Amino acid sequence: MATQASRSAARLMMAPAVILLLGWMLVPLTMTLWFSFTRYLPMRGDSIERGLQWVGFENYVRFINSSSFWPSVQATLMIVGGVLVITVILGVLLAILLDQPIWGQGVVRILVIAPFFVMPTVSALVWKNMMMDPVNGMFAHLWRAFGATPVSWLSDASVPSIILIVSWQWLPFATLILLTAIQSLDRDQLEAAEMDGAPVLSRFFHIVLPHLGRAITIVILIQTIFLLSIFAEIFVTTGGAFGTRTLTYLIFQRVVDSQNIGLGSAGGVYAIILANIVAIFLMRIVGKNLDR
Amino acid sequence: MGQIILKQVTKRFGDVSVIPPLDLTIEDGEFTVFVGPSGCGKSTLLRLIAGLEDVTSGEIRIDGKECSTIPPAKRGLAMVFQSYALYPHMTVRKNIAFPLRMAGIDKAEQERRITQAAAVLNLTDYLDRRPGQLSGGQRQRVAIGRAIVREPAAFLFDEPLSNLDAALRVGMRLEISELHNRLKTTMIYVTHDQVEAMTMADKIVVLRAGHIEQVGTPLELYRTPRNLFVAGFIGSPKMNLISGPEAAKHGAHTIGIRPEHITISPSEGAWSGIVGVSEHLGSDTFFHVQKTGLAESITVRADGEVGFKHGDEIHMTPRADMIHRFDENGLRIE
Repeated sequence: MATQASRSAARLMMAPAVILLLGWMLVPLTMTLWFSFTRYLPMRGDSIERGLQWVGFENYVRFINSSSFWPSVQATLMIVGGVLVITVILGVLLAILLDQPIWGQGVVRILVIAPFFVMPTVSALVWKNMMMDPVNGMFAHLWRAFGATPVSWLSDASVPSIILIVSWQWLPFATLILLTAIQSLDRDQLEAAEMDGAPVLSRFFHIVLPHLGRAITIVILIQTIFLLSIFAEIFVTTGGAFGTRTLTYLIFQRVVDSQNIGLGSAGGVYAIILANIVAIFLMRIVGKNLDR
Repeated sequence: MGQIILKQVTKRFGDVSVIPPLDLTIEDGEFTVFVGPSGCGKSTLLRLIAGLEDVTSGEIRIDGKECSTIPPAKRGLAMVFQSYALYPHMTVRKNIAFPLRMAGIDKAEQERRITQAAAVLNLTDYLDRRPGQLSGGQRQRVAIGRAIVREPAAFLFDEPLSNLDAALRVGMRLEISELHNRLKTTMIYVTHDQVEAMTMADKIVVLRAGHIEQVGTPLELYRTPRNLFVAGFIGSPKMNLISGPEAAKHGAHTIGIRPEHITISPSEGAWSGIVGVSEHLGSDTFFHVQKTGLAESITVRADGEVGFKHGDEIHMTPRADMIHRFDENGLRIE
């Protein structure tokens, strides 16, 4: 990109992609904003052709004053936080394990990555019916084998169950990224630390973990983006009951179940705000790692 | 203080024998250089001494104590790696302090040793920087600093200069030699560069395929190479090796003559040939003489002012007392 001509040619060729992506983002955003300030109940005959009634901030006030709002924010943060903690900790441990030279390494690695390829709906259904079913599930059999009363996971321990299912799906992603990071660690550093008298645990905390800092940051940022909007896992398991109604799910219920597009759109704008607050905190806490 | 004795040490990786039984004694305070072509086992030998590899059999005695099963940190040795192996997320100060922290030495003593090491290595101004902000030579000095503060029985250097550019390498070479003179600690230094070996060593160990070919001072190796391999490896440019009828005249299978021990003349001499490429270094000129009928090419070192051109005829006379004679097994004939 040295000359004036090549620079303008580059801009020209990038333009379609940039315009497409910008439109893709701006059109839905603008429409959501517009709907959130209107009364839009399709079942009562409201439609864009007939013109929507402008109601100002009424939808926003109703959404935030609803008794479901704060519990939904809380559920969202609990699920996101829980999954992040589990996937990062287990991901680091699994990555270290997979980095060891073992027989059948290639097959093991593929098996570890496999859950990531299962669609969320499918994996949630498998977990619900095969593992967590209080009568026929694997856990129920296991509990009974030890003489314990089976737990009805999705109603009695609903949030931990959802966290478990989602963690299972996202653990391969974390493991994969952390594994590649571990593989890029200079072995000389570990040997130097060994010569310097650092025992195994010190080597982990002083050498390996700092080296993984950047990869952990990336795992946390990417997972947060996707976890804030998990939906299928909740839809097919609890349907939002038993305290698993996240903000995303609440918006879905407002729009689809209650057929109130205006209210749902206001919820969507709140979701954007929540995502940005989380992002700011994350960048503050872990974003420093990316500057190095 | 830092005597290291290897007794019948062997190392095998699976079926591959890397080090056949090997005996070596490194005296306290000696600067010993392991030199040899790549893959000769010199780095493996160093790692065996360091404890980063386990010996297959044999004994390693450090200060009279059998150490071959003791973990690396307990052997009292410090190592400087080719890649420096600095901890990138720590400042220079923390890097140097790391072995002290691990040894549980108190803060005041840590600070004293760091300050002292930094002063010795000219690192005082860089203590709060990270390795990524330093140049190659400075990183190398930090790595050495991390070794010094442990006050080890011996330093192990694994090709420490091969990542530096040529000018810096010469400088660091002097610094390490100077450091050795000041600390008087045993140092073992691995390199494939025979110039480094010649300039720094008290004792050179020439290795080939895990075997020790010869042990001696640089000048011993230069003056009396025990076999053809050492003769060809030590000295730059390489010794000219001539076999055939010319060698038979001296009662040997092969004779060797160093480029600097041949006198040249435009008109008369024992051998003649045509000047090929000349390398002008200013102080010296190396002529690669071809078509001598003796060997493919004979290298001759001459004064920088001698002016032979490409294609000129040249006559050469070897200095009779500087001819090295080798038998058919490549061993030196005295």
